Amino acid sequence: MVYSFSWSAFCVFAFFVAVVLGLSFGLGQRAKSAKGYYAAHGEIHWFVNGIAFAGDYLSAASFLGICGMIAFFGYDGFLYSIGYLAGWIVALFVIAEPIKRLGKFTFADALDSRFNSRGIKLAVAISTLVVSIFYLIPQMVGAGALVKPLLGIRSEYGIMIVGFTVIIIVVTAGMVSTTWVQFIKGSLLVIFCFVLTVMILQRGLKVVPLKTTKLELGTIHEFEENIGGVTIVHRLKAAPIDGLDTQSLTVTPDGKVLVNWKPQSKENDLKPFGTVTALPGGKMETGPLGPFEFISTLQNSTIVTVGKHISKEPDGGVTTFFYPEEKKGSDLLMPGASPTFAGVRSNSFFKKLDFLSLMLALFCGTASLPHILIRYYTVKDQASARKSTLIGIASIGFFYVLTLYLGLGAMTSGALDPTDTNMSAPLLAKSFNNFLFAVISAIAFTTVLGTVSGLIMAGSGAVAHDLMENFLKVRMDDRLKVFYGKLAALVLGILAMGLGMAFRKMNVTFLVGWAFNIAASANLPALVMLLFWKRTTKQGITAAVAVGMLSSLAWILASPQVYRDVYGLDMTRSIIPFSQPALVTIPLGFLVLVVVSLLTYRKSERPAFEVVQRA
Amino acid sequence: MSDANDRPRDDDHPEISARNARYGLWLFAVYVVLYAGFMGLSAFEPQLMSKTPFGGVNLAIIYGFGLIVAALVLALIYMVLCRAR
Repeated sequence: MVYSFSWSAFCVFAFFVAVVLGLSFGLGQRAKSAKGYYAAHGEIHWFVNGIAFAGDYLSAASFLGICGMIAFFGYDGFLYSIGYLAGWIVALFVIAEPIKRLGKFTFADALDSRFNSRGIKLAVAISTLVVSIFYLIPQMVGAGALVKPLLGIRSEYGIMIVGFTVIIIVVTAGMVSTTWVQFIKGSLLVIFCFVLTVMILQRGLKVVPLKTTKLELGTIHEFEENIGGVTIVHRLKAAPIDGLDTQSLTVTPDGKVLVNWKPQSKENDLKPFGTVTALPGGKMETGPLGPFEFISTLQNSTIVTVGKHISKEPDGGVTTFFYPEEKKGSDLLMPGASPTFAGVRSNSFFKKLDFLSLMLALFCGTASLPHILIRYYTVKDQASARKSTLIGIASIGFFYVLTLYLGLGAMTSGALDPTDTNMSAPLLAKSFNNFLFAVISAIAFTTVLGTVSGLIMAGSGAVAHDLMENFLKVRMDDRLKVFYGKLAALVLGILAMGLGMAFRKMNVTFLVGWAFNIAASANLPALVMLLFWKRTTKQGITAAVAVGMLSSLAWILASPQVYRDVYGLDMTRSIIPFSQPALVTIPLGFLVLVVVSLLTYRKSERPAFEVVQRA
Repeated sequence: MSDANDRPRDDDHPEISARNARYGLWLFAVYVVLYAGFMGLSAFEPQLMSKTPFGGVNLAIIYGFGLIVAALVLALIYMVLCRAR
């Protein structure tokens, strides 16, 4: 769809960014020491840190991605919510306090606190960098995709705006301003989503009646089009419904965009979709609904969603057909209604494995994300770490409940853009009024700012503190540590911008899923065994981190989806049976750690476990 | 903060840390069972998930909400347990 520049959106947006930058400069005065730069002096109050957890964690993937997935496909987006939140249980009950006890600034500090091993420092620093980069790419892509329709500018500019703003934030003040940005973002997100949810429930559901008889679903529908003298016949299963005919979007080899075979413009554009065609009891509208009523009503309704079919043109262009699909609410509100998770409903055990593996990755991944873990160093003590995790869980959990309503509201608001799932939440807001649209979009943007700041912090810590100071043994006084940290942040910011531009056509949620798989495979076995098994040796940890990271990375790069979307090769040539490696690579990490530790364990060396107790 | 002053800091008392860690692991085990139940039902008994026990809302949604609430409840229980001397 075509969006135009909106002054109100721009002003609200600019206002938010200005406030954030102002805070960053103001707080920057207090971050002169290394402890200040990396760990905010360890003085962040637990409540602030808890909300900052939420702000840090609820990235574009959570807010835009999950909402969008629910809006298009129903329940399956909610699966991500459940998995993401469950991961916090791992963080709270298994990781939070031990990690606080062990480390100084970074995740590598924690894993290495007993051994002082260069191998560990190197392996963990690299894994932190890899995970942070994989997590950064979808954020930047998300920023680009978001800013383009909001402000009517190209996605490349959106990526650059995010990149520069974040660099300024991180270079000027480090963890203190990052924390406050995330605190603000976290609060705003929850508050505005709550407001939107209330508005959705108040609005209720309305039927958009069908005026013409629709063709039987499953009928082959043929288009004949004349392009440059060549007649092309497109065959498609579709049911044209009044006002919602099958539409097409063509990208020609020289980059022009055609909608329904004519150049795309404000007048000739894809029509939005997402309506209810039948309510229970034959009602035409429901009026305000309670939260449970809303869901139960939807379950008994019929909803029009959009189906997609991609076909390659003989001249090398690509045409995507969007056609209306009527679905029962009860079908949409069950796992397996989306392409990603459709395997759950099949009888094939392997297809179910993909679902199980993803749920495992999400469960284990949260606690393994370096940019979440370093947030534990910003509070004073373990009790504070515990309390802030609790606040984080409460706000994140509440938020995920809200996104379910936002997604379902978007699904039935008649305003969805068939080409872009990520715009569902902002477009939902727009269906109420323009001001709300501007505000939600600005919040979504600061969402990306917050997450990218946190990621760059983790990355800059890995480079300056773990790699340079500890591994390469570059001598640094306190001032130099901060300087190198900021330099690393600058480089990472630029790298992130470049990668974001390179990857800007890829699916955001999929990339985030990768990051979770890699984080869990590389970090979780090492962390858990270090904390709970006496015979863990430094070689064991190094091997586990290296093998976990490399195996999950290799699995992903050889998976059918990457074959298709990145290399442009035939999916069936891949030998990988399912797309998410966690089910295989996490146990592999544990196995490698155990085997290598047993092989290298010497009775004379202090067991890791005992030393942890004495700390 | 008042509560930081009137109880022993766990950081200084390894036996309290160890006890808290045990509580954590037990509560974690409870959650794992709940989560695994959800995964198992969704994958292997999907028709059960479409039943509507109460409120007209199906089990898939209720179980999903339930997991979110359970996370919070368990976290609260943990906080309370850790405070006891």
